[in-house]
This record gives sequence, C-alpha cells and structure tokens, in this order.
Amino acid sequence: MAQLTMAKALNLALREAMLEDDKTIILGQDVGQDEGVFRITEGLLKEFGGDRVVDFPVAESAIVGMSVGLCIAGFRPICEMQFSGFGYHGFHQIENHVSRFRNRTRGRYTCPMVIRMPYGGGIRAIEHHSESREAIWAHLPGIKVVIPSGPRNARALLRASILDPDPVMFYEPKACYRAFKEEVSEAPEAMEIGKAHVVRSGSDVTLISYGASMRPVLEAVEELEEEHRIDVEVIDLLSLVPMDTETITASVKKTGRCVVVHEAPRNCGPAAEIIARIVENALLWLEAPIERVTGYDLILPFFNIERPYLPDSRKVVTAVKRVVSF
Amino acid sequence: MPRGKIELSNYVESLSILDVEGNADEALDPMLEAQELRRLLRAMLTARRYDERMLRLQRQGRIGTYGPALGQEAASLGPAYALGKNDWMIPSFREPAGMLYRGWPMEKLILWWGGNEYGSSVPEGVRDTPICVPVSSQCQYAAGVAWGCKLRKDQAVTLCFVGDGGTSEGDFHEAMNCAGSFELPLVMVIQNNQWAISLPRKRQTASPTLAQKALAYGFDGLQVDGNDILGMIVAATEGVERARRGGGATLIEAITYRLGVHTTADDPKKYRSDSEVEEWKVRDPLSRFYKYLKRRQIMDDKARDLLEEEVAEEISAAVSKAEAFEPDVGEPFRHCFKTMPDHLERQQAEFQAYLDSISAPKKNRTDGRSQLSGRTH
Repeated sequence: MAQLTMAKALNLALREAMLEDDKTIILGQDVGQDEGVFRITEGLLKEFGGDRVVDFPVAESAIVGMSVGLCIAGFRPICEMQFSGFGYHGFHQIENHVSRFRNRTRGRYTCPMVIRMPYGGGIRAIEHHSESREAIWAHLPGIKVVIPSGPRNARALLRASILDPDPVMFYEPKACYRAFKEEVSEAPEAMEIGKAHVVRSGSDVTLISYGASMRPVLEAVEELEEEHRIDVEVIDLLSLVPMDTETITASVKKTGRCVVVHEAPRNCGPAAEIIARIVENALLWLEAPIERVTGYDLILPFFNIERPYLPDSRKVVTAVKRVVSF
Repeated sequence: MPRGKIELSNYVESLSILDVEGNADEALDPMLEAQELRRLLRAMLTARRYDERMLRLQRQGRIGTYGPALGQEAASLGPAYALGKNDWMIPSFREPAGMLYRGWPMEKLILWWGGNEYGSSVPEGVRDTPICVPVSSQCQYAAGVAWGCKLRKDQAVTLCFVGDGGTSEGDFHEAMNCAGSFELPLVMVIQNNQWAISLPRKRQTASPTLAQKALAYGFDGLQVDGNDILGMIVAATEGVERARRGGGATLIEAITYRLGVHTTADDPKKYRSDSEVEEWKVRDPLSRFYKYLKRRQIMDDKARDLLEEEVAEEISAAVSKAEAFEPDVGEPFRHCFKTMPDHLERQQAEFQAYLDSISAPKKNRTDGRSQLSGRTH
C-alpha cells in the first residue's frame, strides 16, 4: 500500500492499463513530453513511447473524433481534454458519434474509450478553467459519467472506466488532485461503475454528493455531529450515469431527510435528477422537503470573488439544520 | 531584413481521361479488362436505377425523405473500385454507388432511408462505416481509422468522402490537419457537386479550387473530372498506393454535379436554373462510359437491355426484402450500452407495459387497424 495523491493514483491507473493492453493509447495536448499540465501522465511517454502517448495538435474535436476511428480500428483510446472548459469542441463528436456508434451499428462498432476532463473551481484559475457541466454529459444517452472524489476511488474508477466496453466521461475534480493523500493498493483495484459508496452511516439525514463537494460535506458532518448532535449518513455517488438509485433510496427510507450537494449550477443540475428519483421511490418516507446546496445559475466568477460561490461546509450545515428541524 | 518569397508548392494537378463523348486519352487510359469494365457499368447502372427507384418509393410514401446521388455515380464508384477488401471506406450520405460496390446489401440502404436503423448495421466482411448525416463529421473518425491502421502496420488504407459543403466545417479541417501532421494513410475524396443544398460552390469558399486545400496541410491535392470513371479510378488508385507505401495522405477533388434535388424535401428551382442542369446532363458519367464501351466493342445495345432487366430485377428483389423487414420495436434498449444499467431496465419495463396496453384488443375496434404501424391486418 502507498499513500498517494489523486494525481498519482490516476497516473497509476493509466500506467496499469497501458501495461496490460497494448491497444491502449493516451492522447491529448501536452500529455507526452510535458507529462500533462497536471502531471497526470507523468513518466508515461518515457515508458511507452510516442506511438502510445500522443502529443496531439490543438483540436479537441479531433482528439475525440479520431478516437472514435481508433476504436473502430480496434484500439482503446484514453483522451484527455486539458480542461473541461475546452471539451465542448468535442461535444459534437460525443453527441453524434461516441454515444451512438454502438446503437447505430447494432454493436458491430463500439466506442470503448475514456474522455478524461479536469473540472471544477477553487483553484484560482483563469476564465473557463473552473466550471462544472457534468449535467450536460449525463443527459446524453449512450455515455457513462464517472466522478471520483479521492485517490483510492479515482484509481479504481479510472481502471474500471478504461476496461468498460462503453464510452466514459471521466470527470476529475482538479481541486482534489493534490489536496490530500490516501492509501492506494499496489495491486490493481477496480470499482464497479454505478455503485455509490456509503462513506458514513447515520440515522438523522442523508447527505448525497460527489467529486470535489465531498470535502465540504465531510467537514460539515464533523460540525453537525459535534456541535448539533445530528447523525448524518453520507453517500458519495461516484457516478451520475449509471446512478445508484438503490443505495440512495434505501438511505432516504432510513433517514427520511435529505440534502444534495454539488458545485454545478442549480437549474436542471444533477441534484434535480437525484431528487426526482428519491421522490419516485421514497416519497412517503420523507419527513421534510429535500434541499439542494449547489452552485448558482451563474458563470462561476474569476477567482478573486470565487470562494463564496462554491458550496462549503457552512452552506451544507445550514441546509441540514433546516431539513432536520422541519 | 529583406523582403522575399517563401517557395511553396503552389499547384495541384488536374486529371481527365474519359471525355463527355466517351473518348479516352490513350496515354492515360488504364485499359481495364473487358470483364472489369462490364462490372463497372453494371455497378453504375445499378446505382442510377436504384436512385430513380428510391425517388419513386419516396413519392409513394414507402420510404422517407431521400437524397439522390444522380449524376455522381462515378465519383463514388471509382474510389470504391480502387480499394481492397482490407481497406476502409468511410462514406457520408451520397455514395450509394460506392457503398453498393463495396458489398452493402441494397435492402440495407433502402431500410436506412425507410427509417430503419438496421440499415446502419454494417455487414460482416465489409470494412466500412454506415451512412453519416452530420456533415463532415465522418472525416474525423476516418482519420482515426487511418491512424489505427498505421499503428497496426496492417497496410490498410482509409478512404473518406465529403462534399463541397463539408469542406467548410471544422471537422474537415481538423481531420485534414491531422492527416498531414500524422502522415496518415488516408485518401480524402471531395464530391464537389457544385451545390450544398442552395449554396453554390463559389460562395462556399474563396479558394479557387478545393483540391488546393491539401497544400496548407502538407500534402498533395488532385482535381479530377468526377464524372469520368476512368479518371476517378486512376486518381483514387494513385492515392491508395501512395498511402499504402507510407507516403501519407492525398486529397482528391471530384468535379461532378448534383443532377437531382438535395433531398426530396428540397426544391432546386428556388436557387438554380434549369439550363445549368441541362448543361451538366450532357456530362453524365453513365452515358459517356457507355459510349466508350460501345466504341471498344465491350458492350452493345442488346447487352445493355439485358443488363437493364437484370438490374431491375435486383432492385425489385431488394425492395421486397426491405419491405418484408419487421423491425424489433424494443431493440434500442439493448444497444445503448453493452450491459443494460438499472435505469434502462426500469424504462424498458415501462415501455413494454406501454406496448402491451396499446396492442391489447379494444372493445370498439372494428376496423382491425394496428395502432403501431397503421397497417390494416
């Protein structure tokens, strides 16, 4: 076992995949010689060579679109979008081909590819480097959306995503890349995509979140337990598509109260889908309306005033107290 | 610093072998064997009659909106002929001649235009991709397939089609740029049929030719008379051989003309003149090829009449086969992902319940009409 940051854990998962299957190819801007702007692909060009770790021209649509062709030709590409904010060039190819080739050709051609994108704010970045648009990807039929929150699940979920026969949008919370370390096994480990993790068992209220928001959630839980004697059950969703409806439902049936937390804007955001599923399956178990702590329906501001626009433990504590005292 | 000139490759070649009267340039005529030439004529005639039949089917409401390739048969057939079994052909949506030649069962194309996704399921043994609707988007995965073949070192070449309109899209430029940068074994064929629905070629780009766009991406372009089947075969073969020996990409601009409508939902009278169409009818690929074959005594009118009968039978059989096809209404659920996730299982159950409810016999139903298909039993 080793103590790794998320960045190192992702690097480990990539290296394992590259060693196990010579049809795995990593492509993106600056992923080779420069080892990736976040160093996620550190050491990989040196180990696997320029045919398999490819420094790609500045063309995200081509990175994604050509990867579809690589899949048709029998490869398993792992694309990197340097920042999720530049990934929209690839949206057209993702909507029109990545998500559709299996259905279109009745399984004759499929897209076993991963598109990795760093997402989210809180790193004092310039414009277009901080937004959270996972809801857009989750809305497209035919692709999976996976969002790790820490080193261990990042490595396991990236491994699972690479091995998955279907296309996966792998959304990496960049604020967490080097924020903390965790035990990560030396032996390859994968997690089932579509299974949420009950991080903490509790009886008073269910807190659902994912990605970078897990940290303010866990901070809030400490305060809620120590100062307010509220026993919180915490669920880390880990994926939006497929989403673990069973775990969410079971939890809310147990606690009767729920708060959903994400950085993404509120309107038509992932919380709306989560809450709809809870209402469909557990309405009569609810003791209070479900609250959402989310980003505002605004473009996340430049970093000088960014902080209050992100969900933090204070916002989560306030919402939980409201829900518990309803 | 002095002011000077940077020497660039500033020309593209043009090629024309078979003229409108069916005379072939002796020096350039590939002198294909009689059997091969007859095969090509059959393929060209089949595509032409298929298109005509599809237009009739659309008028009869038996297929949906249709986009004919009338007049463009040589432009896709020539390149398809130049490819080997292990090579890849990446069509857009106006290459029925090429696709049929490559082994796509005609009924699949009929099914596609008739609204059946089954028409996109690629036949076994055919190394092609299905019809692609989003204009020029196929250029990107074509470049990706070419890249994959290069990495595999399997000697396979990828040939991609795009239209004059498609050359304005970003996908075309990105794919071309990567084709040059990565030295991909790719032949990009532009079917320049002069019209992108209602926008004439001269308003699509200020570039004097489309072929020269290759120069900016670091490889050669060739402009060919797209209605000249021999020219298209020779040009495509050159590009394919260059790619196969590691010489990288080629761009071929096939000068042709969209004799028909963009699709049956289009009215070309609103934007182009009948006289222009008449001028281009004279340059028809089929009539000039037939003249050439007659001159070389490889075909005669009697043989042609026989061929017409054969082709008509083939088309009728394909239409019958397509119309006998019963779609599996629930199939999409099984092809979204390899393994159906929970949420789709639930939705599938919901969908099945819905289907059951509408097919259940109703008390007052006397007309025997199926609600699903509208067909009377």
